[in-house]
Amino acid sequence: MMAEEARTLTIEITRFDPDRDEVPKTQEYEIQVQDDWKVLDAINYIKDEVDPSLSHRWSCRMAVCGSCGMMLNGEPKLTCKTALSDYDSKLKIEPLANFPIVRDLVVDMDGFMEKFRKVKPWIVRAKERAEDMENLSEKGTFSQSPAQLASFKQFSMCINCLLCYAACPVIANEPEFIGPAAIALGHRYNLDTRDEGDGQRNAIFRGEGTVFSCSFANECSEVCPKNVDPAAAVNQAKLGAVVDWAKGLILPRGGA
Amino acid sequence: MVQSSRHDIVIVGGGAAGLRAAIQAAEANPDASVALVSKVYPMRSHTVSAEGGAAAIAREDDSLELHGFDTVKGSDFLGDQDVIQYFVEDAPRELALLENWGCPWSRNDDGSVSTRAFGGMTTKRTWYATDKVGFHMLHSLFQHSMRFPNIVRYDEFFVTKLLVEDGVCQGVAALEIRTGEFHAILGRAVILATGGAGKIFPFTTNGTIKTGDGMALAYRAGVPLKDMEFVQYHPTGLPGTGILITEAARGEGGYLRNNKDERFLVEYDYGVGDKAELGPRDMVSRAIIQEFEAGRGFENRYGNYCAVDLRHLGEEHIDAKLPFVRELARTYIGVDPVHEYIPIRPVVHYMMGGVDTDITAATPLPGLYAAGEVACGSLNGANRLGSNSLTECLVFGAVAGRNAMDFARGSADGDQARLVAQAEEEAARVEALRGNGKGSEQISSLRVEMNSALEAGCGVYREQGTMAVAADATRSIRQRAADLHLKDTSKVFNTEVISALELLNMVELAEALAVSALHRKESRGAHTCRDYPTRDDQNFLYHTLAHRTEDGPRLDRKDVNLGHWEPQERKY
Repeated sequence: MMAEEARTLTIEITRFDPDRDEVPKTQEYEIQVQDDWKVLDAINYIKDEVDPSLSHRWSCRMAVCGSCGMMLNGEPKLTCKTALSDYDSKLKIEPLANFPIVRDLVVDMDGFMEKFRKVKPWIVRAKERAEDMENLSEKGTFSQSPAQLASFKQFSMCINCLLCYAACPVIANEPEFIGPAAIALGHRYNLDTRDEGDGQRNAIFRGEGTVFSCSFANECSEVCPKNVDPAAAVNQAKLGAVVDWAKGLILPRGGA
Repeated sequence: MVQSSRHDIVIVGGGAAGLRAAIQAAEANPDASVALVSKVYPMRSHTVSAEGGAAAIAREDDSLELHGFDTVKGSDFLGDQDVIQYFVEDAPRELALLENWGCPWSRNDDGSVSTRAFGGMTTKRTWYATDKVGFHMLHSLFQHSMRFPNIVRYDEFFVTKLLVEDGVCQGVAALEIRTGEFHAILGRAVILATGGAGKIFPFTTNGTIKTGDGMALAYRAGVPLKDMEFVQYHPTGLPGTGILITEAARGEGGYLRNNKDERFLVEYDYGVGDKAELGPRDMVSRAIIQEFEAGRGFENRYGNYCAVDLRHLGEEHIDAKLPFVRELARTYIGVDPVHEYIPIRPVVHYMMGGVDTDITAATPLPGLYAAGEVACGSLNGANRLGSNSLTECLVFGAVAGRNAMDFARGSADGDQARLVAQAEEEAARVEALRGNGKGSEQISSLRVEMNSALEAGCGVYREQGTMAVAADATRSIRQRAADLHLKDTSKVFNTEVISALELLNMVELAEALAVSALHRKESRGAHTCRDYPTRDDQNFLYHTLAHRTEDGPRLDRKDVNLGHWEPQERKY
């Protein structure tokens, strides 16, 4: 299953300390790597044993916390999920593209957090819970069939790792674009039978810099480590936003 | 220059317990300001890695009495029975609330929430969302929390000290990781919800952030740590990485096998009876070690292992109920459980011990509360049942949020100048550490020494001799940690100084753990001494309290709250 072999690998890593550097530079590290290491193991080895000033984010090392996304030879990847053996001779590690660099491999994700909140990523109900009890079972839960659950489940699997933002050609040119993960999340709630907030979210989706800015590149779905398929969510959200708008035109409105 | 801000309450930690506390406090008090301080963005919190489920009675064949007794028996009668009774009663309501907030619980065909079997539980009472329950709970809570404008988040702020004035906890001193600036985040009550401390051990399911920061904060502020000797080894971690293979793999019908292809929990008497693979974690972990000792383990470069066998479940069932197990096994050990055994060995998973709290989530320090794994209430006693801890985060997170807010409402703002002065001192201490360029101890090597000392002395099986060695070693390591050598002088996102602060926290806990373990001359739950192989209610039916002193922990005891269930022999 696993051979006990080590080999030497040269890894290029982006270094940037805003206190000292005007622009990011590259530093090379030549290290012995184990055959069963992930890329993250190599970065941690450098941090622990070679250069403690290297800064990066990580935590769960099992591809679910979403902290350790970086560019590996130009492609956005989770470093804890990517085998080092995928890289024979050269590995270049850079911070995620399309985000400002805070330091070394750490990017500024506050902009993402704001976009994320904009889609109202929570269950919206017309009534307060106390007045909503008739819609709940005696145990206090909503009924939801396995099929209804399946309709949105895939879009609830996003770990917010930001790889899709790093891959998105629209974000690269239009940083204000709300982006694949945020749209997928908003769409996830629109599809949830427990939610009544789709009208509000569709109004957001009809605004500037959201679903209609997407150029169908599909890069987001290709890099997603959790098969969320945000491109599908964006396309479905576009349709939802249009249908909702058309309904508004057709239905009689007060004063009309 | 320390920046200061004022809130009604300050919550440290943004996992399930911290978020639940924040939502409780913010929803009931729209005019109040709730600070949520975390060293990572909340969705990175380690709750995210929990897999199997959350317990609360849901079926006709279940009852509060059964869930309560299972928990007490699982705890080897060290759990506090008032806490357990409150927990089982409130659990169904909390999980239903989470359902209302969007958690995608797996469903039965009739639209009700589905439940699965779990270790030590009499019937199916573990709610689940496939095998990514912690992930879905955390994201549901975090997303729901965003609707409350009065929850003020401090993301990537590392708390280094509790600010205590006039005997009351009134805020925290925190390092803003991105800027290196210090903050005094003040409130009239503080809740610790920072999780456990698995990273004091070398081989753990825990993520790298699980460094016991909240336990160390409380310990330094004079609050005792309770029952630190009780460390849960989960039976099934992947060799090498320690990545968790959930107990739900067995709950869904998986077997444990040895190198003779035997279901050893059925073939040999390990005290788990008919429960077999669904015995409680302490007993199953001991059984695996005994299989190794009997020469019935497999072996690879990481040593002995046994196997989880899911093959008979079939691909469809595995993909429907255990998709994450399949993904983890393929990615991290290169096996497909549809066709192959998953190698596993016992792995440090959870701290039953923690900050001494009572049924109100209050610590002995006025104004300080704690909930979740950082706290010891004590729901879990000497051994936690799988799937009780996610529910515990919700039940006692809510309790902490409610009671901390009540405490804050009844208190006046403290002396801001004195509190900020404390934070200034703290800023100077950390400033002196950052890139100090002196000192003779390397962070990573001292961490390895601490890890090795605990693994050698405080593993699944313990002996007086090896625990004594661990107690001495951890004391020496704590003392040497005062002499760390740091090289990175930058203020911006300096993760070396964070690693140093985390290590300084961990060495305190390692020593408290080893000293607490050495003193308990009996075998109870997860604390198994070869020299004292039986439980001794006569002499040890009490909680261990460890108080911090400069010379090491001073031990004390606290009564167990009995009353409803009589201690009896723990046999399944």
